[in-house]
Amino acid sequence: MALMDSTATPGAPARYAAFFNNATVRSVFYQVLTLACVVGLIGYLVANTIENMSQRGMSAGFDFLGVSAGFGIGFALVPYQEGDSYWRVFVVGIANTMLVAVVGIVLATLLGLVVGLARLSSNWVISNVARWYIEILRNTPLLLQIIAWYFGVFTLLPRPRDSLGWFGGFFLNNRGLYMPAPVPGDGFALTLLAVAAGLVGAVLFARRAQAIREATGRIVPTAAPVLGLALGLPLAVFFVTGAPLGWDNPQLRGFNFVGGLNIPPSFCALIIALSIYTSCFIAEIVRAGVQSVSHGQTEAARALGVPPGRTMRSIILPQALRVIIPPLISQYLNLTKNSSLAIAIGFPDLVSVWMHTSLNQSGRAIPIVAMTMGFYCLVSLAVSLLMNQYNRRILIKER
Amino acid sequence: MTAPAAATPPPIELIGLNKWFGSFHVLKDIDLRVREGERIVVCGPSGSGKSTLIRCINQLEKNQEGTVRIHGRAYGASARENDAIRRDIGMVFQSFNLFPHLTVLENCTFALTWVKQTPKREAEALAMEFLTRVRIPEQARKFPLQLSGGQQQRVAIARALCVRPRIMLFDEPTSSLDPEMINEVLDTMVELAQSGMTMVVVSHEMGFARKVADRVIFMDQGEIVEEAAPEAFFTAPQFDRTRLFLNQILHG
Repeated sequence: MALMDSTATPGAPARYAAFFNNATVRSVFYQVLTLACVVGLIGYLVANTIENMSQRGMSAGFDFLGVSAGFGIGFALVPYQEGDSYWRVFVVGIANTMLVAVVGIVLATLLGLVVGLARLSSNWVISNVARWYIEILRNTPLLLQIIAWYFGVFTLLPRPRDSLGWFGGFFLNNRGLYMPAPVPGDGFALTLLAVAAGLVGAVLFARRAQAIREATGRIVPTAAPVLGLALGLPLAVFFVTGAPLGWDNPQLRGFNFVGGLNIPPSFCALIIALSIYTSCFIAEIVRAGVQSVSHGQTEAARALGVPPGRTMRSIILPQALRVIIPPLISQYLNLTKNSSLAIAIGFPDLVSVWMHTSLNQSGRAIPIVAMTMGFYCLVSLAVSLLMNQYNRRILIKER
Repeated sequence: MTAPAAATPPPIELIGLNKWFGSFHVLKDIDLRVREGERIVVCGPSGSGKSTLIRCINQLEKNQEGTVRIHGRAYGASARENDAIRRDIGMVFQSFNLFPHLTVLENCTFALTWVKQTPKREAEALAMEFLTRVRIPEQARKFPLQLSGGQQQRVAIARALCVRPRIMLFDEPTSSLDPEMINEVLDTMVELAQSGMTMVVVSHEMGFARKVADRVIFMDQGEIVEEAAPEAFFTAPQFDRTRLFLNQILHG
């Protein structure tokens, strides 16, 4: 009532009060104030940086990217020579980081799936082995594990001459893992074509099977034909064309191996440590996902006479995946970012060759740090964008 | 009515059923025959084994001793045979157990598609028919969790009916519902009972039992203590345990 009276007979102080109590006025005021603070802070930081850099004779430009880097990189997925530019070093770093990320994600997922399901096993031994695997490896620092694998295992391996060897083509020694390199011969392209044709064929077959089911109700078995098209067809073409794929086996010449593929010890140690560490988190995510689907779902399907395989595919998995996928993706991002610990054992990933070697050599701290941050940020944002869209699509609708 | 009793085997026949959970004896020497079209209400205190009993009828729980015969066919020959027997039995659960990621319509057509191999259009028409029977055809495109508890349970009844079972099992179908929603589910069940379906209902809804049951079975500590027609059961129970239980639920 008092408020209404004061607006009804506006004296001068009351009018000011009304003005400052207006929600719109207040929100505009605080937003302008916040904006001014942010702009001021950025301006201060930029001015400060420019001032400090000019005092030290440093430049913030990107002109150094074309300059020859002049240092060697021990392992490069994309071709690289010592005379190549800094830009090339950046690309090499990204490629190596992505290689670690992709291989690590695949291995961590497989391992995590197995351990997660083992954790759910009704067998006491299996579930407890899985439990202790998770508890020990999840609760020790990743950096420690990387260093342990590198210095505790891979650098202690025998010299090349005393290598551990398997099947005459795989050798493990203190210079890493050597294995046969595939050499595509004439006509191998046909096999690749068959892979593409097989995949397209498999998709078409699955669609046709669905159309038949919807029209006539008949369930056409798809698993065997789809597998046959996707795997059998390429294999058949491969052998019909005379198996046009040679293998370049590593050979011991003097003190070292020549030929084949060499995977350096730092890469082996990094991949093993990253995938084992991440697999513990993935195992827990898988366990939570499977447990999140109530047993009532299985019972309802069984009471309807639905076969167990179909129940798993159409009832349990779609619900478990909703719970599994979002945290799984954040583990993938963690693995990608954790791969920067490669610098501890000298694997040339992005942080090692770019943020460390290139930065030390060129002194261009600002652009180099900005580019590195930009890369990790871009990868993470792209993945989370995809994930958010996926999540929105599969969300279970509730009231 | 005139068919000779021996020629058509009873829909449900339990003979010398015994079941243990670990060392706990949940079902003790259960014998029960259900006639075609008979409506049976099973009641009893919690832990008396009544849910386990009806879950043995479609073998969601396996009995260690005794025989379960459905229309004269015994379980246990093979997994395929068990599935075939089970197809004659529909079940409605206390917690609905609808598939939350499928629409109401898809819930109803799921078993038609993957078990009965029904064409899509036919399956959807059949599902709509049963959704109309439980009076929620307008909810067909919604998801289960967008519906009220009573509506969800009616969808669950429609889903079970879609595969055309000859026997319906209800495991405390109204126990997890708010009071104002219990009647809409019970009404659906009364209609189903009037259509001549063979029904076994685990429930404490005594009004429902009086209205539709041919026989009321009282279970306690894994045994069938008393079975009688509803009128006799409620007005003149023979055993102290039954009297005690009836007192508790009718005046509690």
